[in-house]
Amino acid sequence: MAADIIQVKELVKRYDRLTAVDGITFSVKEGEIFGLLGPNGAGKTTTLEIIETLREKTSGEVTVCGFSIDKNPNDIKRLIGVQLQAAGYYPNINLQEQLELFSGLYNKPVDTMEMLGLVGLGDKAKSKYKELSGGQKQRFSVCTTLINEPKIVFLDEPTTGLDPQARRNLWDLIRDIRNRGTTVVITTHYMDEAERLCDRVAIVEKGKIIALDSPEVLIDRLVDAGFERPKEVKKANLEDVFLSLTGQEWRDE
Amino acid sequence: MNTTPKYSQLKAMLAISKASFRSMLRSPSAVIFGLLFPLVFILAFGFIKPGNIKLDVALDNSSDTTGNLYRELKNTPVLQFKERMTNDAQTDLLQKGRLDAIIYVDRTDTGSMIENIRVITSKASREKSKIVVSVVGDAVNRQNMLRLRELSQSMPEAMKQLESSNQPMAELTTGEIPGREYKTIDFILPGQLGFSILSAGVFGTAFVFFSLRQTLVLKRFFATPINRSYIILGEALSRLVFQLCGSALIIALGRFFFGFTLINGWMTAATMLLLAAIGLIVFMGFGFVVSGIAKNESTIPPIANIVTLPQFLLSGTFFSVDVFPNWLQAISKVLPLTYLNDALRKVAFEGAGLSELLPQLGVIGLWGIVIYFLAVRFFRWE
Repeated sequence: MAADIIQVKELVKRYDRLTAVDGITFSVKEGEIFGLLGPNGAGKTTTLEIIETLREKTSGEVTVCGFSIDKNPNDIKRLIGVQLQAAGYYPNINLQEQLELFSGLYNKPVDTMEMLGLVGLGDKAKSKYKELSGGQKQRFSVCTTLINEPKIVFLDEPTTGLDPQARRNLWDLIRDIRNRGTTVVITTHYMDEAERLCDRVAIVEKGKIIALDSPEVLIDRLVDAGFERPKEVKKANLEDVFLSLTGQEWRDE
Repeated sequence: MNTTPKYSQLKAMLAISKASFRSMLRSPSAVIFGLLFPLVFILAFGFIKPGNIKLDVALDNSSDTTGNLYRELKNTPVLQFKERMTNDAQTDLLQKGRLDAIIYVDRTDTGSMIENIRVITSKASREKSKIVVSVVGDAVNRQNMLRLRELSQSMPEAMKQLESSNQPMAELTTGEIPGREYKTIDFILPGQLGFSILSAGVFGTAFVFFSLRQTLVLKRFFATPINRSYIILGEALSRLVFQLCGSALIIALGRFFFGFTLINGWMTAATMLLLAAIGLIVFMGFGFVVSGIAKNESTIPPIANIVTLPQFLLSGTFFSVDVFPNWLQAISKVLPLTYLNDALRKVAFEGAGLSELLPQLGVIGLWGIVIYFLAVRFFRWE
């Protein structure tokens, strides 16, 4: 049984009248891919940004890699990699120079070309961030989270807005990261994505966790309760058709 | 467990400076406002030679041109006689200010001992017409003196009387000692330097921090271990380096192409750069305030212009503050750029050291304190 690398206890975040996070408790195990699922506005991003030490909490306790977010935010920042749902990169400099910048920000010397190769952007080293396609932008974002060889990587809706091919590319990348021993915390509102990718998921609604387990267990539980799909499922779905017709390889749209 | 080396904020800061410097070199607006603009102004004004004053005059057509006085005036180099014009045309041009005076020489009754000379001027050319009057007056005096000398030889008695009296006649002679030539560039270059520092400090800083905040670049930085104050220091450092390189280039071009006076050579240039750095740091404070109070990108230019334009006009960038009426001078004497320009000129032309610039540095420093107090209140990270 792996140790808990993140522990969240009774976390609450209140804005004026709105309670975005309403007493959430969960823990993430070292080496797993943990999913926070839920509709828009459920409190996923807020929870994530509090753990990432980017946002103040109202109450509760959070420890990351044994450090408290209240006392050692900078120790935590050195051990985690953060991909924000919406983030910008420094204007007018190319990808290689961006990585150089982050290498300095983390005090971690890196081979920028090797890093870019890792996410399939080796030939884009001299391009600007804004010139990249949606999928390439997300891969680059993930790349910046890996610079400090983090223990945990946080990915906030990394596949939103991507086409099926780009989504699969990113899944492969995320699995690679986990296979190298890094814990991954991911938010998404695509259930198929969570089902294929995550070892365990927490389903969040209105600031509360309403279910937490592995996708398989959650599905079995529903089926055991007598749930049946209204229509017999075929052996393939439309996405499978689309992918078999258009190919699955990494494409730079 | 913790074997990771100590985190160096300085290293992280320098990474930001490097990225920011690269970005600036590739950003058209930084290059245009920081370098090209001042250079264009310096070029334009550098080619204006102060030269000799030329006064355009016409001789009234009914004038008597046989007398000595007319010949004397004709040979005065500053007076440019415009020929072949009817009297009406002369009057018309005088009213429009394209003639500075009409001169009328008359010896109404031939044989009269007095040659009557009249200078007609108009308000259209007030400054120059005064000079015409004094030039013509000079010529008249010289003429009279000459006559008097001739006369005195034939009248020894009268001369004796004059010599013994308490009211001798006066004659003016002038002399000139060699001085340092104050060229147009000596005035224009420090003004342009000061202004480029002001606009780079205000516009550059305001835009950069506004857009880094707006495009969430800052938020991504916050997810790394760098402290917020080092983000600001990193940005400030790159702007400082960029602007000082630009300033050095401006000074060098002025020196080698337009003969800009650097009284103590390298030391003077170095002192000017130091002043530029101090000025830039203060003006960046305005930029931080503007980036904080601007609601969106398009409100930055108007707000920044409120800071820069009055100083552009009133701080002795193009013309000396002395030409303004007193109430305007009072405003000029509050603005920080006035003191930066003043200090730059004193250093370049008079060779003043920093210790002689304490009044100027004092006012600039006071502005720095006030503006950074406001910057801390208005600056927004998110």
